[in-house]
Amino acid sequence: MADFEPVLLRRILKKASPWLDAYRADGGYRALQKAVHEMTPAQVVDTVKTSGLRGRGGAGFPTGLKWTFLPKDHPGPIYMCINADESEPCTFNNRILMEEDPHQVLEGIILSCYATRASTAYVYLRYEYGRSYRVMQQAIDELYNNNLLGRNILGRDFHLDIYLHRGAAAYICGEETALLESLEGKRGWPRIKPPFPAVEGAFRKPTVVNNIETVACVTHIVDRGADWFKSMGVPPDPKNPRDTGSYGPKLYCISGHVNKPGCVELPLGITLRELIDKYGGGVWKGRKAKGAIPGGISMGIMTEAEFDTPLDFAGPAKVGCLGLGTAAVTVFDEETSIVDVLYNICRFFAHESCGQCTPCREGTGWMLKIMERIRRGQGRLEDLNILEVAGDQMGIIPGTTICGLADGAGWPVKNAIRKFRGEFEQYIRGAKKSRLLELVKTH
Amino acid sequence: MATVYVNGKPVDIGNEKLNLIQAAQKAGVLIPHYCWHPALTVVASCRMCLVEVGERKPDGSITMQPKVVPACQTPAKDGTVIVTNSNKAKFAQEQTLEDLLLNHPLDCPVCDKAGECLLQDYTFNFGRAQSRMIDEKNTPPNKPYIGNNVTLFTDRCIMCSRCVRFTREISGTAELQIINRGHHSEIDIFPGEPLNNKLATNVVDLCPVGALCSKDFLYKQRVWNLKTRESVCADCSTGCSIWLDGNKSIVYRLRPRYNPQAQGHFMCDDGRLGYHYVNSIERFLQPMVRRDGKLTPLPWTEILPTIRQAFQSVAQKDAAGVVGVLSPFLTCEEAYLIAKFLKKLSGQVRLALGPVPILGADDTYPKDRRGRPIQPVKFTIRAEKCPNRRGVEEILRYFQGEIISFEQVVHDAAEGRVQAMYLAAGYPPRPGGWISETQAQMLQHIPLIVCHDLLPSPVSNFAHYVLPGASWAEKEGTFVNHAGLAQAIHWGVVPTGQIRTDGQVFLDLLERRGLLHAPTLRKELAAEVPYFAALARGDLGEYGIPLNDERSA
Repeated sequence: MADFEPVLLRRILKKASPWLDAYRADGGYRALQKAVHEMTPAQVVDTVKTSGLRGRGGAGFPTGLKWTFLPKDHPGPIYMCINADESEPCTFNNRILMEEDPHQVLEGIILSCYATRASTAYVYLRYEYGRSYRVMQQAIDELYNNNLLGRNILGRDFHLDIYLHRGAAAYICGEETALLESLEGKRGWPRIKPPFPAVEGAFRKPTVVNNIETVACVTHIVDRGADWFKSMGVPPDPKNPRDTGSYGPKLYCISGHVNKPGCVELPLGITLRELIDKYGGGVWKGRKAKGAIPGGISMGIMTEAEFDTPLDFAGPAKVGCLGLGTAAVTVFDEETSIVDVLYNICRFFAHESCGQCTPCREGTGWMLKIMERIRRGQGRLEDLNILEVAGDQMGIIPGTTICGLADGAGWPVKNAIRKFRGEFEQYIRGAKKSRLLELVKTH
Repeated sequence: MATVYVNGKPVDIGNEKLNLIQAAQKAGVLIPHYCWHPALTVVASCRMCLVEVGERKPDGSITMQPKVVPACQTPAKDGTVIVTNSNKAKFAQEQTLEDLLLNHPLDCPVCDKAGECLLQDYTFNFGRAQSRMIDEKNTPPNKPYIGNNVTLFTDRCIMCSRCVRFTREISGTAELQIINRGHHSEIDIFPGEPLNNKLATNVVDLCPVGALCSKDFLYKQRVWNLKTRESVCADCSTGCSIWLDGNKSIVYRLRPRYNPQAQGHFMCDDGRLGYHYVNSIERFLQPMVRRDGKLTPLPWTEILPTIRQAFQSVAQKDAAGVVGVLSPFLTCEEAYLIAKFLKKLSGQVRLALGPVPILGADDTYPKDRRGRPIQPVKFTIRAEKCPNRRGVEEILRYFQGEIISFEQVVHDAAEGRVQAMYLAAGYPPRPGGWISETQAQMLQHIPLIVCHDLLPSPVSNFAHYVLPGASWAEKEGTFVNHAGLAQAIHWGVVPTGQIRTDGQVFLDLLERRGLLHAPTLRKELAAEVPYFAALARGDLGEYGIPLNDERSA
C-alpha cells in the first residue's frame, strides 16, 4: 500500500491554501454541484449507503443506515450535528481536517444536509480547538458570500445554515446525546435511549450526528462514487454476520513512543505493526514496544504480540479490544511501567465521567483510588481481581450505564490486568517500582 | 389486556402504561430503585433497578435479552418476562449498591434518615455484607444552608437527582442543580438563590437517603420511635393526604401521603410546618368557668351539665337568641353532633358558619423562574386556609336550609339579639387571628358565651365558659376538601391535660353514652344527611370518597 494516494489529506500534504478559490481550483464543490443538480437526496443517501461508509467517530455505525432512520416526510426542521468534540486522547485527525482544509469538511456537511434534508447544521467543536473555530468560521463566511450557504443554494430549493458551537471542554460531550444536551445549553449528560436522536434529537427534532471525518468522506463518495470507496479496505467477514465490512480510507493518528508521530491516511485494514514500523518510524530510542492503544485509550490495550492485528472495524475486537475507535494509535515502549499507563488512564476517566450513572461515577473513582494505591506501593493482589470485575461490569455492553463512556473506562483496565497481570503482580510484590515515581522523587 | 411474567409468575396488568417497576409491584415483587419516582421524569441513572428482561412469544418460547436493563426505563408489554432474582440481576444490583456505598459515610447512627432509609433497606435486602474498598472515601463538605427549611449532608448523597428534577418539574423554581463531575458531583444551589419555594421541603421526602434533611425535624426523634397515622392536612382546603408522625402527645412531623384524588404525591411547606400550635404550651388544658371575672377550672363532669342547663333555659325563653357558631375546622361528625345538640333545644336555634380564613389567592405550581405560574398545574396551595368548609356547610344546610354567616351573627349580637352563643371554634393561631378585636367587642354583651377553642383569643378573654378543644391531630373524623372529597383523619397523638376531643364533648352534651367512634358516627351521618350518603360504609379507605354534589357540577 506504499503507493496509496491520499484522498482526505490530499491537499493538506501539499500545503494548499484553505481559501475557497484554491479549493475550487483543486476540484472543490464539484461533488456538491453534481449532487444538487443531478441527484435527489434519496440518491445521495443510497450512494453513501452502498459505499459502506461507517462512522469515523468511534462506534463505526454505518452512516447511510443512520440517515435512513430519520422519519419520512417530517415537516421539519431536521438538524445535522457535526461532532468535532474530538476529545479521545491521542486523536487529532479532525483538527487537521478542519484547520488545513475546512472546505472539504464543509462540502461534506452541505452534502450530508442535502441528503438528510436538514436545514440547519451545528458543528460542535471542543473548546480547545480555537484555531479550528477561526478557520472554519472564515470558510463559512466565504460560503455565505458565494451562495453556497443560506437561502437557495446554487439556485435550487435548498436552504442551509451552519453554526459553529464551542463546547466547554468535556470528554462526555463527544457522546452524541450528551453533545445534543450541551448544544441545547444543558449539562452534558447523555440521554436515555429510546428515543434515538434520529427521532428526537436536538431541540426535540430529528437529528443526525456525524463525525468530521465521516462527512469529509461523504464529499469524496459523492464525487468519485461508491465503487471507488469500496475498492479500498476490508470486505465483511463471512463468519461474522454483524460485520458490515470496513471500506475506504482512514486517518490513523500515531503518537507515543515512536520516532515519527503524526497522522497518516491509509485504507482500512493495515496492521498495527506495519503502521508503527513503516509510518511511525518504529519505536523510539531503538527499544521494543511493550504494547499499544489501538484507537484512543477507551478501546483497550494491545500487547506487542498482537501487533499483527489489522486495524479495521472488526480487527481489534478479535484480540479483546473494544473496537477500532478513532484509530489513534499510541505506542508505549518496553521501559514504560504498565502501572503508570493504567494509572493515567484511570485518572482520565475518573476526571471525565459525567457522574450520571452510579457504576461509572463511583467505579471510575474507585479504580483510580486503587491504582493510586498500587502505584504508591500499597497494592494488594486482590485489587487486581477487583479492578478486573469492576472494569468488566460497567458500560452499555453489560447494560449497567446509559452511554459508552463506562465501557471505554472499563475496557483498558480489564485489558491491562488480563494481558499484563504478571507485571502488576511483580510490581505489587515490590520487585519493580515505577520509573516515573523515582523521577518524581529525585526532584 | 397484557400479561407480564415476573419471576415466572404471570400477572395481568390490564391496559395500563406501566414500566417494569410498576408491573413487578403488581406481582408483589419489589424492584429496588432510587432515581425513579412516579411523579418525576425517568432518567435511569441510579442503575439500582437493573433486571433481566425477555419476551415470551405466543408459542411459549422465551427469549431473554443478553444484558441487564433498567426496569424504570423499560415499558411493560404483553409477554414481557421480568427476572429479578437471577444471578445476573442480583449481581448487578449488588454491584450498584456496593458502588453507592463506596463514598457513603455510613454514619447511620447519627443520620436522621436511619430507619426509613432506602439505602439501608436495599443494602439489607439486595446488597453485599462488606465493601471491598479500603481506600479513603470522598468527604465533600456539608451544606447546612441550602434553604430555610432544608439542610444538605453532601457526603450522604447518592446522586439520584430526584430533588433536582423536583425543583425543575414540579415547583419549576429550579434552585437545585448538580455541580462538578464524576465522583465529585454534588447537589448545590446557585449562590444567593436558596431553596425557599413553598414546596421546598418535599425534596426531603424525595431524598431516598439522609442527604437532604428537614431542619424542622432534624435530630428531634429517631424515626422508629414515631407512631405514624394516616391523616389529612388541615391547613388549606386542598386537603393533602398526610402521614402524621407523633410520639406520646407531641407531633413531630407531617409527611405527604400519595393520594391521586386529593393532591398527588406532595404537600406544601405551609401545611407541613404549620402543625407547631398542636404542641403549643399556651393551649387550654382544662375546662374553665368565669367566676368573679377570673377563669377558674371546673371538672368536665360539672361544667357540661351546667352548660347544658344554661342553654336549655335560654332556649326556653328566646330560642332565636341562641346561636351556634361552627368553625370550618370541625370534622363533619363534630359539626353534626353540635348541630344536633343545639337544634334539639329548639328548631329556632340558629347555626352559623364560623369565619373562613382566606389568605391571598390560590397559589399554583410549577412556576417559571420569575415566579409566574405556568400550565399544566401540578400543585395548588389554596387561599382558603381551612380543611372542612364544605363539610360544615353541608351539615348547616341540612339542619336549617341556609347558611348564616359569622358577620351576620356578630351584627345581630351588636344589636342585642343574641342571648347565648356556643363558639365551636378550634382555630389554629394564624396571623391576624380568627376573630378581630372589633368583632370580639361586638360579642361582649352576650349574656352567655361558651368558647370551645384551642388557644386564647379575644373572645376567650370574656367568655363565660372556656372549653379546651382538641386539634385535628388529636381527633378522628371526616374532612371534605374543596372538591368534595371526603377523607378520614385519625388521631396521631394523645391530647394533653384534660383535653377531650370536641366530638366527645358534644356527645356528652347530647347525653349520649360511650366514646366517640368516627366510623359509627359516619354511618349515622350518612343515613341522616343525604349529602354524606356515600359514606355509609363508615370506612373511607386510603384515598377517601368523592361526594357527588349537584351544586358543583
